Amino acid sequence: MSSVIEVRNLRKAYGTLIAVDDISFDVEEGEIFGMVGPNGAGKTTTIECIEGLRQQNGGSVKLLGMDPIEKRRTVANHIGIQLQESALPQRLRVAEALDLFASFYERRADAEELLSTLGLTEKRSSSFKKLSGGQKQRLFIALALINRPRVVFFDELTTGLDPQARRSMWDLVRQIREQGCTVFLTTHFMEEAERLCDRVLIIDRGKLVSLDTPEAMIRSLGAENRLVFTLPGNQAAPSLTDLPQVRRVEQFGERVIVYGHGERFASSVVFALEDAGVDFLDLRTEQPNLEDVFLSLTGQEMRE
Amino acid sequence: MKGFRKLTWMNIKLYLREPVTTFFTLAFPPLLVVLFGAMYGNDPTPMFGGYGSMDVSMPGYTAMILGTVGLMGVPITISGYRESGVLRRFQTTPMRPVTYIVADIVANLVMTLLSMMGLVIVGWLLYRVRFEGQVIGVILAVVFCGLAMFSIGYLIAGLARGARTAQVIGMVIFYPMMFLSGVAIPLEVMPETIRRISDFLPLTYVARLLRGLWFGDAWGEHILEIVIIGCVLVVCTALAARFFRWE
Repeated sequence: MSSVIEVRNLRKAYGTLIAVDDISFDVEEGEIFGMVGPNGAGKTTTIECIEGLRQQNGGSVKLLGMDPIEKRRTVANHIGIQLQESALPQRLRVAEALDLFASFYERRADAEELLSTLGLTEKRSSSFKKLSGGQKQRLFIALALINRPRVVFFDELTTGLDPQARRSMWDLVRQIREQGCTVFLTTHFMEEAERLCDRVLIIDRGKLVSLDTPEAMIRSLGAENRLVFTLPGNQAAPSLTDLPQVRRVEQFGERVIVYGHGERFASSVVFALEDAGVDFLDLRTEQPNLEDVFLSLTGQEMRE
Repeated sequence: MKGFRKLTWMNIKLYLREPVTTFFTLAFPPLLVVLFGAMYGNDPTPMFGGYGSMDVSMPGYTAMILGTVGLMGVPITISGYRESGVLRRFQTTPMRPVTYIVADIVANLVMTLLSMMGLVIVGWLLYRVRFEGQVIGVILAVVFCGLAMFSIGYLIAGLARGARTAQVIGMVIFYPMMFLSGVAIPLEVMPETIRRISDFLPLTYVARLLRGLWFGDAWGEHILEIVIIGCVLVVCTALAARFFRWE
């Protein structure tokens, strides 16, 4: 494994506002690397410094072993970029856009194949302005892949998409990686980072907060699992704190929350409830997720 | 090179798909011929040195087309593309910025020449308008003047904050210039004051140069016009390059 992206002490300020403050990390070949943080945390600035679209004030960036600004054209040939905000001429048609962009690169992907992978075959003759938000997004992904890039950048890939479209986008990103392409993405959806990324970098107010696999981050939190259920008719909850896996129990009216940990936590509680002959409803478990990691590391909720 | 060709072709296609620009570039000049031709006819008159009203309108309307494309078309398209993020999307590719600009200029020149052809064909069919110059020389002059007008357009696009502002600046510069520089209405019928104002408008010199070459003058007879248009071209290109922004 070798690094395709090396960021060292990256710093970028806009006037007095420090957007990115001394960030360093590597991205390995073939991984899906995610950068998460609330809006305004510095994600887009960081990704654009790596892409060579923005000049940093301090530190260095190497993309495929090259300075992305000095070697802009060489680097641009080997990477694909989906910008957070961009557009095409309103009356340019889908197939024309792919044909045009393909002509800028040395390596070219099969445009027809891309169209069918992204479900745009039927829209090939539609002009850009007639496309829906999701279709525009898919067209931009197709354009980002038109040169069979070694590294592809997705900035807020699924923002503005409905949950179903978001899930199919995740499948697509996994497919892209299967083909040997490194994926660098930013998102402000914690769930997206957790489900999709091999490693996640949490950024907040321009600073790197944490960098690890999502599983390791959640584990290091040492957080408790929760078991939530309701007891209809104001039944008293049986004593569950005797169980070794259970730490404490809270009851608010009919709603009971059991906190605990360990492998057999959930099943031991359920057995105890069955033994006591209690009628319980709506049982579910809640595991800590990246959202909790973010909350515990930054002391604030992710803002939408 | 392939990218350049595709980009030029794309710009021409997009130009033709936009009904408003297509109307003003391709349909408007022949309509003027029909309209003003019906009003004034094309009888030779001493006021125009023995030429008819429509004869002298041919180079005048050609100058007007250059103004329309350069001062209205160029700034609106470029600043609109910048505002919506089209330029930024192109910026992420290995294409050189200069390739983009040259492709845009070539497409605009092609549209201008097409428009001029339409104008002359209608003028010839309806009034058998006279042409006494050299075709190649006139085309070269159109290209030269076109580049000067486009450079003003690029400068406007660079200075204006958004597409709306660019459009307003373009209109504020273009419309008075169209009426005061003798391209829409020949200067011969204008009062003295207007003629004096026209001395300060670049489009006046474009109109004079084109009219001169159209009726057989040599380039050497229009040194003043060539120098002034050349200065506009050089200064505006330098300033446009200085102020041009991709985002």
